[in-house]
Amino acid sequence: MEEVKNFTFSVYTENNVGILNRLSAIFLKRHINIESLTVSKSEIDNVHRFTFVVNISEIQAYKLVGQLEKQIEVIRAFYHTKDEIIYHETALFKISTEHLYDEDIQDKMKFRRAHIIAITERYFVIEASGLKEDIDNMYDKLKPYGLLQFVRSGRIAITKPKMAISELLQEIN
Amino acid sequence: METLKNEVQQENTATTVKMTGAEAVIKCLLEENADLAYGYPGGAIMPVYDEIYNYRKDFHHVLTRHEQGAVHAAQGFARVTGKPGIVFATSGPGATNLVTGIADAQIDSTPLVCITGQVGSHLLGSDAFQETDIIGISTPVTKWNYQITKASEIPEVFAKAFYIAKSGRPGPVLIDITKDAQFGELDFSYKKCMKIRSYRAIPAFDTEKVKEAATIINSAKKPFIVWGQGVIIGEAEQEFKNFIEKTNIPSACTGLGLSALDTSHPLHVGMVGMHGNYAPNVLTNSCDVLIAIGMRFDDRVTGNLATYAKQAKVIHFEIDPAEIDKNVKTDVAVLGSVKETLVEAMQYVTKADHSDWMQEFDKLYQIEKETVIDDQLFPSKEGLTMGEVLGGINKETDGDAVIVTDVGQHQMFAWRYANFTKTRSNVTSGGLGTMGFALPAAIGAKMGVPNREVIAIIGDGGYQMTCNELGTILQTKAAVKIVVLNNGYLGMVRQWQELFFDKRYASTEMESPDFVKLAQAYDIEAQRVSKREDLAAAIKTMVQSKEAYFLEVVIEKEDNVFPMIPTGASVSDIRLS
Repeated sequence: MEEVKNFTFSVYTENNVGILNRLSAIFLKRHINIESLTVSKSEIDNVHRFTFVVNISEIQAYKLVGQLEKQIEVIRAFYHTKDEIIYHETALFKISTEHLYDEDIQDKMKFRRAHIIAITERYFVIEASGLKEDIDNMYDKLKPYGLLQFVRSGRIAITKPKMAISELLQEIN
Repeated sequence: METLKNEVQQENTATTVKMTGAEAVIKCLLEENADLAYGYPGGAIMPVYDEIYNYRKDFHHVLTRHEQGAVHAAQGFARVTGKPGIVFATSGPGATNLVTGIADAQIDSTPLVCITGQVGSHLLGSDAFQETDIIGISTPVTKWNYQITKASEIPEVFAKAFYIAKSGRPGPVLIDITKDAQFGELDFSYKKCMKIRSYRAIPAFDTEKVKEAATIINSAKKPFIVWGQGVIIGEAEQEFKNFIEKTNIPSACTGLGLSALDTSHPLHVGMVGMHGNYAPNVLTNSCDVLIAIGMRFDDRVTGNLATYAKQAKVIHFEIDPAEIDKNVKTDVAVLGSVKETLVEAMQYVTKADHSDWMQEFDKLYQIEKETVIDDQLFPSKEGLTMGEVLGGINKETDGDAVIVTDVGQHQMFAWRYANFTKTRSNVTSGGLGTMGFALPAAIGAKMGVPNREVIAIIGDGGYQMTCNELGTILQTKAAVKIVVLNNGYLGMVRQWQELFFDKRYASTEMESPDFVKLAQAYDIEAQRVSKREDLAAAIKTMVQSKEAYFLEVVIEKEDNVFPMIPTGASVSDIRLS
């Protein structure tokens, strides 16, 4: 068996209805679970960028890129290992206001990318961002205070290697 | 829609006329020279059918007896003509009934443009009568699909759909049109689609790769070619023939590659795969260079991948980049249309003589002939064999007929024993293995090439999945010849039960109605043959008939298809019995 690794896929597509279905169906057909997914606009006008995170073998990753690129409205697809990307996730923690002045919590907030973004009489909200592990760590620390709500975003990633999409589109047009 | 306009480049020839979306649908099809469709009306597609009535002089519609029949007929038409098959169905069950045929077309790279009606756009998502999410359902089995909710979108979407269905590696597309978009008005002008920025139909080929491939081929001592349907789809039959004749390389086809090269060609060494010929399967594991041309290394072709052609350098001529290294790791991949890459390769390959290597094929062929083929074609046992029926058909048609097969034992016998002298003559459900394919596909094939003899060869099981389409034959007078090879079993499954499940024949024995009476009920001349001495005359009568004809041949009940590569075995471990 090939070694399973964590891969980040960047898929540049046209901005049409139904593409998410078409792309996720490719993972589904191969029984691959999507760990996280982020959809946003990209650096190019009218071109969308999907960021999928999956745990698979490199051979599977190579084949998946082929299948993703085969879709008519996919402009290009890439896969990258962790060391080829700069990546980030963001999380929000909603906690009861009774803990706001708890010194312990203040301590835990010292994690360098965490801050309070909302305070009301009943609750306050901490935003934290970083690697998945950082956020998991923060989660474990805040859990004892009773999380009223927790949510984490999908991974967003910028690649260190160049992804020559603009050039490609120019060449085609 | 703005993005769609940005993405697509179109030929500019247009003048504008005001019309309804429904009329625009027919206009678009006529602009694409598609004047024949198969389908079944229903509520959500009625405005389009009303226009079919208006355009009945220029546009022909064949009413099948089930939407599955429509899509298979369109596939048959597409396979013999190379043009996209056109299908109409209504929303809900009409649309879902197309899914099997669409999946079949996707895996066998058959161009289709399927048009489904949809509930009005204001009702989308409300669980309205006959509403189903056919876009969601068809996404994994279409090359592309699109839901039209405004009449104004129709021309661009149809132009794009035809371009996608036909170009590159072809496939099925589905257009779902809401009822209000059919009723709505638009200023119609039509521009054919020439290019889509996110889609490269044919990858540009790399001359260096062609040269690299040629160098390996030129130094090969035991080169072997396996070609697939890509040669037919790419209209590269002549280029392929030139290539093998210059290099003198023994060549075998996949099931879908059949008929690209005359089966009597001296370099045609048969078919590879699970029930393919002995020599090409065994020698796959002896060749020093394996040249795959327009094929995708399906598991039914390769058997166990861990032992497939491991000793050989592998060269893959292929149009679809996703097929490269998907199943078999290549040493040199030559991307591009085989029609272009084979011509390019001709410049660099040298003439060669491989007669010693060719003799190895001949030797193994002799073994197969003595142990399997002669018993099938000239049996000494009492019961009729499927092989001898094919032999009889070959004799009567000189290999000129289009042979349409269903799925199962009869299909394997047809692939193994039918002679082909013309390309696009083997219409079959290969990748998906869809029982029920043959009868409707034969109707479509006959309409695609009305001057050719079209013979459907079907088992008693598959026949009963779509024999409702006899009604379509009754109504259209399509002169399809139907041969049902009746062994009273779901023969292929029974064969596996015999070999791998201890002869436990679970639900494979099948009682059937009187097929002759059934055909006669549809006004189709019919006869049944169960004796060897009557077979030749019956086939002759069938072939000579100018109209549709039904022939049932009662076959030995427990006949098996051999050779056979059991699932998971190596190609070289192919069994002769």
